[in-house]
Amino acid sequence: MTATVDLTDKARQIRKMTLDTIGYLGVGHIGGSLSVVDMLTVLYYKQMNIDPKNPRMEGRDWFVMSKGHAGPALYCILADLGFFPEDWLRTLNVGGTSLPSHCDRVRTPGIDMSTGSLGQGLSAAVGIALAQRLDGRDNWVYACIGDGESQEGQNWEAAMTAAHFGTDRLIAFTDFNKMQIDGYTKDVMGLEKLEEKWASFNWHVQRIDGHDLEAIDTAVETAKKVTGRPHMIIMDTLKGKGAEFAEHNLGNHNMVFDYDTARQAIEALDNGYGSREAG
Amino acid sequence: MDMRDVYCETLMEMAAADDRIVLLEADLMNATGTKPFRAAYPDRTFNVGVSEADMVGTAAGLSAAGKIPFAASFGCFASRRVYDQFFLSANYARLNVNLVGTDPGVTALFNGGTHMTFEDAGIMRNIPELRILEPSDETSLRKLLPRIAAWPQSVYLRLHRKGGWKYYDENESFEIGKGKLIRQGHDVTLVCFGMVMLQEALKAADELHKHGIDAEVIDALTLKPLDRDLVLASARRTGAVVTCENHNIHNGLGSAVAEALAEEGVPARLSRIGCQDKFGEVGKLDYLMEAFGLSAPHIVKAARGLVSRTHAA
Repeated sequence: MTATVDLTDKARQIRKMTLDTIGYLGVGHIGGSLSVVDMLTVLYYKQMNIDPKNPRMEGRDWFVMSKGHAGPALYCILADLGFFPEDWLRTLNVGGTSLPSHCDRVRTPGIDMSTGSLGQGLSAAVGIALAQRLDGRDNWVYACIGDGESQEGQNWEAAMTAAHFGTDRLIAFTDFNKMQIDGYTKDVMGLEKLEEKWASFNWHVQRIDGHDLEAIDTAVETAKKVTGRPHMIIMDTLKGKGAEFAEHNLGNHNMVFDYDTARQAIEALDNGYGSREAG
Repeated sequence: MDMRDVYCETLMEMAAADDRIVLLEADLMNATGTKPFRAAYPDRTFNVGVSEADMVGTAAGLSAAGKIPFAASFGCFASRRVYDQFFLSANYARLNVNLVGTDPGVTALFNGGTHMTFEDAGIMRNIPELRILEPSDETSLRKLLPRIAAWPQSVYLRLHRKGGWKYYDENESFEIGKGKLIRQGHDVTLVCFGMVMLQEALKAADELHKHGIDAEVIDALTLKPLDRDLVLASARRTGAVVTCENHNIHNGLGSAVAEALAEEGVPARLSRIGCQDKFGEVGKLDYLMEAFGLSAPHIVKAARGLVSRTHAA
């Protein structure tokens, strides 16, 4: 997208929509959805070449949400961009919906890969990148994996394959929000030293503040200039970022909360909660 | 000609005509015999090393982006090892991933029980919309591969790897979901799946003829969806069915035929030749065919038993 939107405003809007969407239903993966909003905002409103009227446009950029449970954040962006009507958001997880908890390329316009069994998306992203290269295209393939998800061995198989075949049009993100279902990642199954892990698999690695829009954009631009290796951008994030009731709450992975709670969090965002200016 | 060579040669012919055809391997190119494909199409060959789960996921990505991948490994790895990846990334995502499990059942030989896949087709049967095939000779393999590539969703192909056999004429045509009635008879129906079982069933039919029993022989070719019309019409004629599979009798051909008979209310007696819910073991083919009760004499015995009971009733 080349539209010139204020990314800070847009990220706040997407957080509000995500809270509204999950809050309206009353339960959902709020933590891991909110932690990737800033990355998704930079990609979908600045970096990616996509067409909401033609979701499978040839030569487009691709995005694989390997942590498929973060679907709701992505759905809000796709709705906002016009891939499908915004009122679909109210159908999240309602029987017969086009918006299931986990990303589904068959049901949802704009979703590039079906995911939800953790560990599978990165391999698919590598396959997509290989296909683009075979077709002589210079488009970009993005993927996002979770930190807990990084415990799945298939990621490291894909890491080897991506590096071996030099898929340098693949830019992956790790949403390192430090929490997983059973607790802090450091307690359940430690991941550090994560940068060294990816670097030792011959990836080009950066580590950034995953809630700094400028840092995300700069990291993507930096990745695009490095050839011959796939790219991993490890984002230090806060699970539940932007919703006080969810932040620092180990129960925020798949959380029950009522619509009033969502409305209060939305109001707080309107009043500047979590903005960088407000500290 | 080894079946694996038919596989590679046919894929190369298909690749020449269609640049969407790509090949994936997981460190078994020597075994699958696909090095000629790589020599001809190096850019369209992806050997991902010993990482079958990643192979299937990568194949799914290639398919999402418009390619037609064929990915192979020994059947144990191409089924048990990658079930979740094949289920979600390929089938749930409605992608065209053609997964090839080689060395079915007893043909794993000296690789033994760890590799002897009597369960692959069975677990695959539980994946919705999936097509499961086992070509029974060189011609059926050659003719079915383009059908498999053209099928818009995923396929699991059991591939007899070493050794070949040409049973069908070059002019024979094949379709996914269609079996072949290859010998007519009126006393008992032998339904078989795969090369080794078709060979045994034909031997058994000859032997049964000597005993005054006319056996009808059906080559199923596709396990899912089973060609029910063909099987049930024969069962109605004969009233006795012996299923012959190089696979566990649970959830394979025997189960599929039993379900069809029961659900359609066809009054036919059934006997299931196949691995009787046992783990595999090492050995030569003759030994294994006997050990697991797959050889022609076992089929003959089962068929005679059914016919005598049918006549007694």
